[in-house]
Amino acid sequence: MTDEPLLRVSALSKFYGSRVGCDNVSFDLWPGEVLAVVGESGSGKTTLLNCLSTRLLPSSGTASYRMRDGQFRELYRMSEAERRFLMRTDWGFVHQNPADGLRMTVSAGANVGERLMAVGDRHYGKIRATAVDWLSRVEIDEDRIDDEPRAFSGGMRQRLQIARNLVTGPRLVFMDEPTGGLDVSVQARLLDLLRGLVTDLGLAAIVVTHDLAVARLLSQRMMVMKDGRVVESGLTDRVLDDPRAPYTQLLVSSILQV
Amino acid sequence: MPTPLVVSDVAKSFTMHLRDGIKLPVIAGVSFSIRAGECTVLGGPSGAGKSSILKMLYGNYAVDEGQIIVTHDDGLIDLATASPRTVLAVRRQTIGYVSQFLRTVPRVSALDVVAEPLVERGEDREIARGKARALLAQLNLPEKLWALPPATFSGGEQQRVNIARGFITEHPILLLDEPTASLDARNRDVVIELIAAKKAAGVALLGIFHDHDVREAVADRIIDVTAFAPGKIAA
Amino acid sequence: MTDIATYNFAYLDEQTKRMIRRAILKGIAIPDYQVPFASREMPMPYGWGTGGVQVTASIIGPDDVLKVIDQGADDTTNAVSIRAFFKKVANVAVTTDTASATIIQTRHRIPEHPLKTGQVLVYQVPIPEPLRFLEPRETETRKMHALEEYGLMHVKLYEDIAKHGRIATTYAYPVKVEGRYVMDPSPTPKFDNPKMHRSPALQLFGAGREKRIYAVPPFTEVVSLDFEDHPFEVQTFDQPCALCAAENVYLDEVILDDHGGHMFVCSDTDHCEKRRNAPTSPLWGGRAEGAGGGLDQSTPHSTPTPALRADPPHKEEGKEKQ
Repeated sequence: MTDEPLLRVSALSKFYGSRVGCDNVSFDLWPGEVLAVVGESGSGKTTLLNCLSTRLLPSSGTASYRMRDGQFRELYRMSEAERRFLMRTDWGFVHQNPADGLRMTVSAGANVGERLMAVGDRHYGKIRATAVDWLSRVEIDEDRIDDEPRAFSGGMRQRLQIARNLVTGPRLVFMDEPTGGLDVSVQARLLDLLRGLVTDLGLAAIVVTHDLAVARLLSQRMMVMKDGRVVESGLTDRVLDDPRAPYTQLLVSSILQV
Repeated sequence: MPTPLVVSDVAKSFTMHLRDGIKLPVIAGVSFSIRAGECTVLGGPSGAGKSSILKMLYGNYAVDEGQIIVTHDDGLIDLATASPRTVLAVRRQTIGYVSQFLRTVPRVSALDVVAEPLVERGEDREIARGKARALLAQLNLPEKLWALPPATFSGGEQQRVNIARGFITEHPILLLDEPTASLDARNRDVVIELIAAKKAAGVALLGIFHDHDVREAVADRIIDVTAFAPGKIAA
Repeated sequence: MTDIATYNFAYLDEQTKRMIRRAILKGIAIPDYQVPFASREMPMPYGWGTGGVQVTASIIGPDDVLKVIDQGADDTTNAVSIRAFFKKVANVAVTTDTASATIIQTRHRIPEHPLKTGQVLVYQVPIPEPLRFLEPRETETRKMHALEEYGLMHVKLYEDIAKHGRIATTYAYPVKVEGRYVMDPSPTPKFDNPKMHRSPALQLFGAGREKRIYAVPPFTEVVSLDFEDHPFEVQTFDQPCALCAAENVYLDEVILDDHGGHMFVCSDTDHCEKRRNAPTSPLWGGRAEGAGGGLDQSTPHSTPTPALRADPPHKEEGKEKQ
């Protein structure tokens, strides 16, 4: 583990006119660390995620990312070409709705292979072998490699989306409600898979979720957001077992016990 | 004898914002230290704040006041104010914890649940599994259960998985929160042996044991937690 | 031809021609960059070559000699009409001879006869955007060109191999121009792709409905995309042209009757006729052998005559209206 963070976020704010998207958010993220951002709908967690992944430009504040050469680069001063390159090589983005992150009309193999081809792989056999390997890592049978994701179940689509994102060995993955809209059994399988991949690959991840159980299982650290502001942050188990902010106490006490 | 952990003047209260912000003081003026090669036991009735102290030492509960100084990585760290990242590093290398209940993860086998802390410390997975097998065998967990996820295990079986998970590593400090609560006599004796082995290896243990026999067998020192009741400070 | 004065020279007004020439110059300056232009209404429907006609109208001068081909043939409706159009509105000389033409407007073929310096090949283009079928958003495809993000192009070729075991794209086969932009060479057969590479002729592309002009200047690198283990290859035909016995040319299938009778003949009619008329070529002898072999089961009647070439039903049938 290095002594320097992978991502440094300082006083990040995003306003939509007079409405607050997210306000004055600061944190550091280290390699291999999973940070959960929790809060209810409209709390600004998705706005924050979109700003961090440069899909949205913030109104003020900075975020710098440590590139593979060890140099920190200010994300919002990078050219669009550099940002898009980062996005398809060193970063991943797992959307809540897999259709937003997949090409639904090309085969599963091509969905996984696209990022490889985008960075210059030109050997069909090797691309396909890598796709097969990744499909098995996300527990999709090899014989589905030429099927379009349209023919996949929701859980399979989500797993395919994860494979598509991880194939280039990213160091940072953004996830927006990765288990939203899935059955609990499918959710459990996906969470376990994600947890394994994150540990094995040493990924850093920022996971936006409203599900505290997902946060507990996946993350080491947590930020609780309300009305665009971070109301509490810290170790995930500390925040969940000893919530201090009124809003966090409300959230934690609202969990349904099974 | 080295004292890897020193607690001084620690206080903890809960503020219940959902109940008009009433403040529930738990403990105050907690000061003690634990020594390597010894098992220190926190004594006192239920509700006296024994578990809260353990949880603060593990970073699981926030600390309102005071210091928790731990020797970590050849330096001293105050856990009461340490960053989350530092607390994680301390948990990985310095302080181990056997909780009362096992928090299960879907689909992960008992063997891998036990091996995980070693793997996290960089141990080879197969070597870690080997140690896990030995511990589970010592704790008399039937071998047919090893490959199954522990979610469906009985309370006693889960507890043994939990103990194995806590004892597998070589953390210099080990916190034990009623590890023997749901064990039969035979397995209680195994835990006593395990604790004795840790002491011999120079580990500083701090535990809560409601079982009188176990406490008698392992305790080198007993700290009466009622001394830290918040009222006493005021008085 | 008598009423030339009714129209401005070459039909378009001078302002429009200047606008189009500016677009062409920009296109030449940035090989394969798709330059937007204000495409005009032409006296023909979209899909019939309005882009190509506007480009030709903007570069043609009184001394030019124009050849127009449609899928290689000089004598199909579209080719004949466009040739007649320019004869009427510009009073220029027209020809079917590839070598003597200065401007060749084409739909879906590059002539077999090698082009030379000074000639201009004008392509009629239906859909200029090679990424369009994979990415429907114009804003996104422009960005992809700007940032040279062409992974998606290989996704299409990957899908071909996954489905068919080889790259099954046979026309509109994507190329990379001068190591930078990926281009759709218009729906020419991939057989013609190698002819674009370092061609001494200027190649201009006009898409009337999509309002884009792009260009490949003479002697420009044009490389067909492929995979290391599935390299680009052109189609091959296992028999020569049934009329002129030519090999290594692009052949069209001609249906002769309703009983499955068919033969394969040169798609380039000018090339085919020249070979048959040249006294030195393996003329009728070669044809008797080659054609006889190709026609054995099919034709009870006499060997096909050149008149067949003037008979366009197969051409009309094969024409995609785009």
